[in-house]
Amino acid sequence: MDTQAHTDEARPVLEAPDIARVLTRIAHEIVERAKGADDVVLLGIPTRGVFLARRLAEKLASITGTEVPVGSLDITMYRDDLRLKPARAIGRTDIPADGVDGRLVVLVDDVLFSGRTIRAALDALGDIGRPRAVQLAVLVDRGHRELPIRADYVGKNLPTSLRETVKVQLAEEDGRDTVLLGGKSAS
Amino acid sequence: MMRHLISAADLTRDDAVLILDTAEEMARVADRPIKKLPTLRGRTICNLFFEDSTRTRISFEAAEKRLSADVINFAAKGSSVSKGESLKDTAQTLEAMGVDAVVIRHSASGAPFRLATSGWIDAPVINAGDGTHQHPTQALLDAFTMRRRLVGRDAGLGRDLAGKRITLVGDVLHSRVARSNVDLLHTLGAEVTLVAPPTLVPVGVESWPCEVSYDLDSVLPKSDAVMMLRVQRERMNAAFFPTEREYSRRYGLDGDRMAKMPEHAIVMHPGPMVRGMEITAEVADSDRCTVVEQVANGVSVRMAVLYLLLGGSEPAVTPATTRIEEK
Repeated sequence: MDTQAHTDEARPVLEAPDIARVLTRIAHEIVERAKGADDVVLLGIPTRGVFLARRLAEKLASITGTEVPVGSLDITMYRDDLRLKPARAIGRTDIPADGVDGRLVVLVDDVLFSGRTIRAALDALGDIGRPRAVQLAVLVDRGHRELPIRADYVGKNLPTSLRETVKVQLAEEDGRDTVLLGGKSAS
Repeated sequence: MMRHLISAADLTRDDAVLILDTAEEMARVADRPIKKLPTLRGRTICNLFFEDSTRTRISFEAAEKRLSADVINFAAKGSSVSKGESLKDTAQTLEAMGVDAVVIRHSASGAPFRLATSGWIDAPVINAGDGTHQHPTQALLDAFTMRRRLVGRDAGLGRDLAGKRITLVGDVLHSRVARSNVDLLHTLGAEVTLVAPPTLVPVGVESWPCEVSYDLDSVLPKSDAVMMLRVQRERMNAAFFPTEREYSRRYGLDGDRMAKMPEHAIVMHPGPMVRGMEITAEVADSDRCTVVEQVANGVSVRMAVLYLLLGGSEPAVTPATTRIEEK
């Protein structure tokens, strides 16, 4: 994964307090729409989606007073561009013990872009079980969708050009919380 | 860039650990209601078996089908091979049919290498066992089983077998499993000891990266895993030991010998087992024996190998030394 973007002219569009705030808002929105969070399961898409899902689970627990199951859903094996790139290491899929059947699954990712990752996630989820409903929470929606997919919960809508890069950094992986908007393509 | 998996010696430590880590993830698929991934959809894999096999053939077939590949099974018995067709002609027939990969087992050592380097076929070749030479996916599944049992399922991720003491016992001379295991276990940092009667130790073993002992009882207390090898009568053309009883008495694993092993140590066997010869029923059926586990792990490891070699535009696994010249 691109851990080191070229950040020429990269400017922060969200800092740590902003990220904490939008996650708190998303947690409240999930509780509101789900009328509580009794049957919610959070599934993060590796790598950074998993950390965001864990943070959301903590916030949901503090709001509702109940533990929300949280897991991870790797979509590598379901990508539609597998044959365009060398085979890559696959990430962790970790489904909570009670599974996803009949539950409200909220997929969590860092950036929503073309929508192809989420399409793959929906395919992967279909092989794991049959949720009551599936929703999508993203920290940043940068537009440029290539599929009819939208997020239910968005931390920040970020209009971008295709030449710009959006880089999410999280403390668990990168040592700090920030979202950077860069002017050059990442390597 | 390696396109084939011919020998366990071709794998670097990083390659091997990547395969084991990927296999760990593949193993989770077996716990799902739908035990299938779409990764190799539209790819055709031919299982080319010129030698009898149950475990390996079914294991490869299960792995291929779980990755959604189209599978063609070819057994030499009842095929044109029994009419005298050569490996070259068979390969060119497969090439004309457009197979994307070939899994080959052959009684002749070197047949997979020949297939991979001859130019007869353009597809990646995976060695499923050739003569007394190599059986790399068996070594990988053995290493996977050892890592799980001796290091831990989650704790083992990203780790090798550094410092683990592994003992291989029995017919080393005819065993491709032993050769592959010695290569891979050495790469993964384990200390390997071979125990066999002198007649079943290969010439040139002093150049292998392992120790050799003729006394099983002295090695057992210092072993984290003991792998029993089958006496391969089908490859024997001379008398290698006086009687089966004598062999069992000196090199077979029974309950008394198992008791000499450390508490945490495991007993392994690549199968098929000959109960009463190299292993007693008591040991084979004990909790410490991983033979059934090894079969289950074989599917996961083969899924990992197939994914890493065929899943992308090019393989993710690179060889330690480029032994195979690309055409």
